[in-house]
Amino acid sequence: MILEPRFTGDVADLPTHKFGPSSLTWWGIIGFMVIEGGFFMLAFAAYFFLMGHEQGWPPEGRRPADLLAGTLFTIVILASEFINTKIKKAANAGDVPAIRRLILIMIAIGAVLLVIRGFEFNSLNCRWTDDAYSSIIWALLFLHTTHLLTDWGDTVVLGALMFTPVSYEGRRWVDVDENALYWRYVWLLWIPIYLMIYWVPRL
Amino acid sequence: MTDVRADFFDAKPSEGEHERVEAENRRLAAERKKIARDGPKLKGAKLAARLEATWRRPPGIIGWLATVDHKEIGRRYMITALMFLVLGGAMSLLMRLQLARPDSALISAERYNQLFTMHGSTMMFLFAVPVMEGVAVYIIPLMLGTRSTAFPRLNAFSYYMYLFGGLMLWGAFVLNIAPDVGWFAYTPLSGPQFSPGKRADIWAQMITFTEVAALAAAVVLTCTILKCRAPGMTLARMPLFAWAMLVVAIMIIFSMPAVALCSGMLISDRLVGTNFYNAAEHGDALLWQHLFWFFGHPEVYIIFLPATGFVSVITETFCRRPIFGHAVVVLALISTGILAFGLWVHHMFATGLPRVGYSFYTAASMSVSIPTGLQIFCWLATMWDGRPRFPVPMLYVVGFIVTFVIGGLTGVMVAAVPLDLQLHDTYFVVAHFHYVLIGGAVFPLLGIFTYWFPKFTGRMMNEALGKVSFWLTFLSFQLTFFPMHWSGLLGMPRRVYTYPAGLGLEVPNLLSTIGAFVLAFAIVLFVVNGIVSLYRGAIAGPNPWGAASLEWATSSPPPVYNFEHIPVVESNTPLWDSEGELPVVTGLRVDEKELLLTTVVAAAPDLREPVPAASLWPLITAIAVGIVFVASIFSPWALAVGVVPCGIAATAWFWPKELKRHPEPVIS
Repeated sequence: MILEPRFTGDVADLPTHKFGPSSLTWWGIIGFMVIEGGFFMLAFAAYFFLMGHEQGWPPEGRRPADLLAGTLFTIVILASEFINTKIKKAANAGDVPAIRRLILIMIAIGAVLLVIRGFEFNSLNCRWTDDAYSSIIWALLFLHTTHLLTDWGDTVVLGALMFTPVSYEGRRWVDVDENALYWRYVWLLWIPIYLMIYWVPRL
Repeated sequence: MTDVRADFFDAKPSEGEHERVEAENRRLAAERKKIARDGPKLKGAKLAARLEATWRRPPGIIGWLATVDHKEIGRRYMITALMFLVLGGAMSLLMRLQLARPDSALISAERYNQLFTMHGSTMMFLFAVPVMEGVAVYIIPLMLGTRSTAFPRLNAFSYYMYLFGGLMLWGAFVLNIAPDVGWFAYTPLSGPQFSPGKRADIWAQMITFTEVAALAAAVVLTCTILKCRAPGMTLARMPLFAWAMLVVAIMIIFSMPAVALCSGMLISDRLVGTNFYNAAEHGDALLWQHLFWFFGHPEVYIIFLPATGFVSVITETFCRRPIFGHAVVVLALISTGILAFGLWVHHMFATGLPRVGYSFYTAASMSVSIPTGLQIFCWLATMWDGRPRFPVPMLYVVGFIVTFVIGGLTGVMVAAVPLDLQLHDTYFVVAHFHYVLIGGAVFPLLGIFTYWFPKFTGRMMNEALGKVSFWLTFLSFQLTFFPMHWSGLLGMPRRVYTYPAGLGLEVPNLLSTIGAFVLAFAIVLFVVNGIVSLYRGAIAGPNPWGAASLEWATSSPPPVYNFEHIPVVESNTPLWDSEGELPVVTGLRVDEKELLLTTVVAAAPDLREPVPAASLWPLITAIAVGIVFVASIFSPWALAVGVVPCGIAATAWFWPKELKRHPEPVIS
């Protein structure tokens, strides 16, 4: 027998969007961040595991990666946080015109970063087939590139959506807010990778 | 278009645009007032009919493929996993036939390698983990008093990825390119030098499929459990099965990346010539073992902890009292989940470790028996203090406790390094992990199938037949696996296709083979019972066992929308304390699919959340991703080219089908 309902309250006046941990997608994104973070942490562990076997790092006869492209990439991605913070604020304020303007800038920055990334691959001074050092260096850069590319694709789609009438829906602003959160994660993870590719081999 | 350009160069919206948006906002606010919602004025049959029309999936084959109903997806997960159980079981029967007699030539060494690889991979990746996820995907939203999982399209995608991964592995078996490197595919054996051809790649790519599926399901379950609970169901009041699944989902999230990384590196070693595991170029085969077991050990608990949730559920219902030490059980689940990540090296004792490593991992391995022991004592105390009845589900609990304790004790034995070095890779280990996996996970699973069968189907399973199949299962299990302790102590190595006569191995092997066939018969009997009961079983009613949790507050099987009104929880055992009435909240939409989200700890009403419409795009995305995965066995370019179709499919998945504003958000 199904129990008779006893009415205790009504939720019709609850909002349909909120920023931060109230949002369901916020938790989904945190979940995927932890997954990717775990992936990167284990890749870092593999890097140091392989490094522990070597007499020198990079192994003898090999030059560490050239600094220019990687450092330029680092400067640009760190500087992008300035725009990223602004877009996050605009999203929280529901300022659609500002979101539109800033998201285009973020897309452009992402495109520039992808181009610089191409040069980075060219400045590693090794091919992935050379030895375990080369393999793990390439792997780290490749993994971060997929990370970058995914977020860039996401930003492009979101940017396109922001130029449609649904850009005035609060849930889309939450999307923008969470996309900005994710971008922070992309550059935050880049810092240890930058150090591992470019500076640990110079220690 | 001019508007857009103006917006881009000018931070302020143009005057016209601003007024247009304001007018639109006013119009939508007025429309919002007219939206139909459940409540004292809209309840009963009238409400049920409207909810049914809103939540029903589209008709026909398209609707069937596009469904995002967690009950349908959960059911498919379970049925598919049971199919793989049958296939994996068939492999084990073939192996047992081969081992029935010494020096048998029934199956060649090469084929035998494929059989144990298929058996282990299927059971671990295609049966044990997915079946637990399937049960959870079906039951968790009902148990939590909500209408859907979080991210139902991701849930559908997860199922399709799992299905395609399983089909790829078994398709390869049919085409005679099945993997033959064991379920943990150690390098260098699985590397390019010792495993030319595509067999090892099939294994590694099956891992990729199932790990994507498991991770997606884990995120779905975590978010469902944290955000979709009924109001009042604080974390402290959450049912123990939901706790178990929360811990398991978080464990999946932390552990699966390890196997993704190591199998990815294996594929890249094999396909594009990297050197992660190639000792000649300073790689290291042990890197594989570390990464694999960093996943592989938690995997065991990912299979076992849901089963402890089942045991808590069944024990509570049939002892007619709340689980003794609810908080202790929760803490035991969490500490098992944490300790699971500190034990992986005990799989590697035979690889040679520093002394302190031996001591540390021995201590860690033994310490995990403490929280598990606590749980067992809590169940025993519940039985002691309660009024236990022993229908079939409860029999499986008792069978579980007996069998799992034996397996746990042999686990403590092999945690000791000197003994482990003797027993490593012998049948003693095979006996140990079948005791903990079958005793610890499959017995509770069969119990919970019997227990939730009326909820899934509306009918009871046959009790007499259920008892027969329980006793057959329990006894034949012991007959199959107990002699393996013996053959292992005699030194019989696992994964060798035959053994010579005259070493005393004939009797234990013959007993194991006889037991295995009886066990298979018992499982068939269970399935037959299920199929017959599906058509002929007694009608169950909403709560046939007199249980306490919310899944029993709705009809059996549940309607597509689960609950007419969202229930409110006021205690740990809501249906026992409800006194004939179910407290509910109202106000969710009836003409669009909507969920109630609550806060993470206190479960206070927080948000209303639209639920995505049924969609084919998760399937199409899974097909695109699946093609890329399979193609990338053959060419690295598949990844580069495949980004495009996968990106298009994923974008179409998220893109709103109507680019206009609605009075309240919908996900079309």
